[in-house]
Amino acid sequence: MKTIELQPNTNSLEVVGHLKFGRKRRGFIPRGVTFLAVLIILLMLAVIIGNIVIGGTPTISWEFLTHPPEQGMEAGGVFPAIFGTVALVILMVIAVIPIGVFTAIYLQEYTSPKSRITRLIRIAINNLAGVPSIVFGLFGLGFFIAFVGGGLDSLFYPEEGPVWGQPAIIWASLTLALLTLPVVIISTEEALRTIPRELREASYALGGTKLQTIWRIIIPQATPGILTGSILAVSRGAGEVAPIMFTGAAYYLPYLPTKLNDQFMELGYHIYVMATQSPDIEATKPLLYGTVLVLLLLTFSLNSVAILIRSRMRRSRVSAQ
Amino acid sequence: MEQLIFKPKSRWREFFGEKLISVNAFVALIAILLIFVFIFKEAIPIFVDDYVKEDASLDKMVFKQQYYEGREAKWSWQPNSEVPKFSLWPLFIGTLKASLVAMLFAIPLGVGAAIYCSEFASRRIREIIKPAIEMLAAIPSVVLGFFALMVLATALQNTLGLTFRLNAINAGIALGLAVIPIVFTVAEDAMTSVPHSLRDAATALGANRWQVSLTTVLPAAIPGISAGVVLGFGRAVGETMIVLMASGNAAIVSASFLDSVRTFSATIAAELAEVVFGDTHYHVLFMIGSLLFVFTFLINLSGDIVLTRLKERLQGKAT
Repeated sequence: MKTIELQPNTNSLEVVGHLKFGRKRRGFIPRGVTFLAVLIILLMLAVIIGNIVIGGTPTISWEFLTHPPEQGMEAGGVFPAIFGTVALVILMVIAVIPIGVFTAIYLQEYTSPKSRITRLIRIAINNLAGVPSIVFGLFGLGFFIAFVGGGLDSLFYPEEGPVWGQPAIIWASLTLALLTLPVVIISTEEALRTIPRELREASYALGGTKLQTIWRIIIPQATPGILTGSILAVSRGAGEVAPIMFTGAAYYLPYLPTKLNDQFMELGYHIYVMATQSPDIEATKPLLYGTVLVLLLLTFSLNSVAILIRSRMRRSRVSAQ
Repeated sequence: MEQLIFKPKSRWREFFGEKLISVNAFVALIAILLIFVFIFKEAIPIFVDDYVKEDASLDKMVFKQQYYEGREAKWSWQPNSEVPKFSLWPLFIGTLKASLVAMLFAIPLGVGAAIYCSEFASRRIREIIKPAIEMLAAIPSVVLGFFALMVLATALQNTLGLTFRLNAINAGIALGLAVIPIVFTVAEDAMTSVPHSLRDAATALGANRWQVSLTTVLPAAIPGISAGVVLGFGRAVGETMIVLMASGNAAIVSASFLDSVRTFSATIAAELAEVVFGDTHYHVLFMIGSLLFVFTFLINLSGDIVLTRLKERLQGKAT
């Protein structure tokens, strides 16, 4: 039999036991200084959002949201960019959700957290989350377009010009899927961790296999977490520009993307191009502000929905216990 | 639960189900390896290809070069000029300047707000601060870049009387806005994970609330706070759209923070679209990408290790 050694918990006193506390100072100064930091952050946030809302609101109209740009981006709307952004994130979600959810299930349900393979995958996820977005852009160009797309072309379309080996919405969305993968994994894992073990045991007791348990108990229970992760991923993906610059986004297209190998317009890229390459910035300014406001509203509303679902999920867990 | 009826086991379905799940789990790992392979693959010619080495050998990228006869040797990044110049120093200095400003701006604010949030704030105030920081983190970097380009640059120029609208300070402050949420989140997390027994012990010894924070919580959380700072620095170096739009993108070697700067990431973003596939310039850009990848990889790995150790120590698993 193994014996368990009990150690007295002297840890805390060891850390603080040598301290001596003299005259009581009320700590107004540190409190004030750190509060100032909070205040500055909140103020800057308010200035940014206020500036964009004030600058962008006059532009937003039904016409602006439903019409393509005209007169070299100095008139018209941003419909193609909105359409492209939505198409892009839908494709991205289709790719990233199954992979992210299955990864989280594998890490939480199939392996022990101490095993070497789990640690390795976890390190990979953390590092994937830290890779600069421009490096994802390079990777999308080198791997998806040149290697995969170019490979497909030389296999199936050796005579024609590039069919798949060129910037396209499918490559941009796959690049973004890799970028947002950590978001989905982490959020799903958090949801899986809160599912009580009794549920799993009850399922096994009723004769459910591991797979049946996962499919019919775990995944339904984890749905809010999966949803949160997907929404956060969409919000992140919709705002990233660097990874799609070389993998599929176009400055201006007279048509909407309808095929997987079409190029597309995107809100963030549209902002970048209008802000930096417009010949007459004063004329573009109202449209530019309007586009920024649309993108900001899109990401903020997505994020608030995600935060709402997450806090509901946490609250219901607390009340259930 | 009682309405669930399970069909009899199918060994095949179990087997393939598990395999399907485990295959997906390796995507993240494979992705990191593929990124490594495909970025480095395009950087290798710099070390082996003679044609590429002619203009962009390691030597030429690091040391001063005399590009024209009779002129002074200098560091210069002009990949499209008649004599292509691929010195990495101007970009390195630009990256360093922008990230330094960002860190000087973000560390006091991020750490300060984290201290306030974990040590002083009432629950109600905390529920204002945290969503606000999440909101700041949710602002797309292209929007921050836009703000810095259109509003901040003009404001800074008018108040400080600057010659160049777009400079390291402007880009650095906008970059700092993107770094603050990272520093805040990691630092706050480290401070709140300091166990209550430590706080109680210090209180028992007669410390008031502020003394507890200063003498007990902060020292215990220092590794976590520094990990937040390091991770924030990694983000600052890798961030692209903000510096691309707000820094002016002039590759200058100077010590002044009021000059325009061109960073590694912005260089890739600005130039990759125009390079010829397989050209020297193309390989140099991938080489810069490799540098960024290795740098952020090391930063994330070390940040990760520090945070895991800290958590273990604070939970008393290791002493």
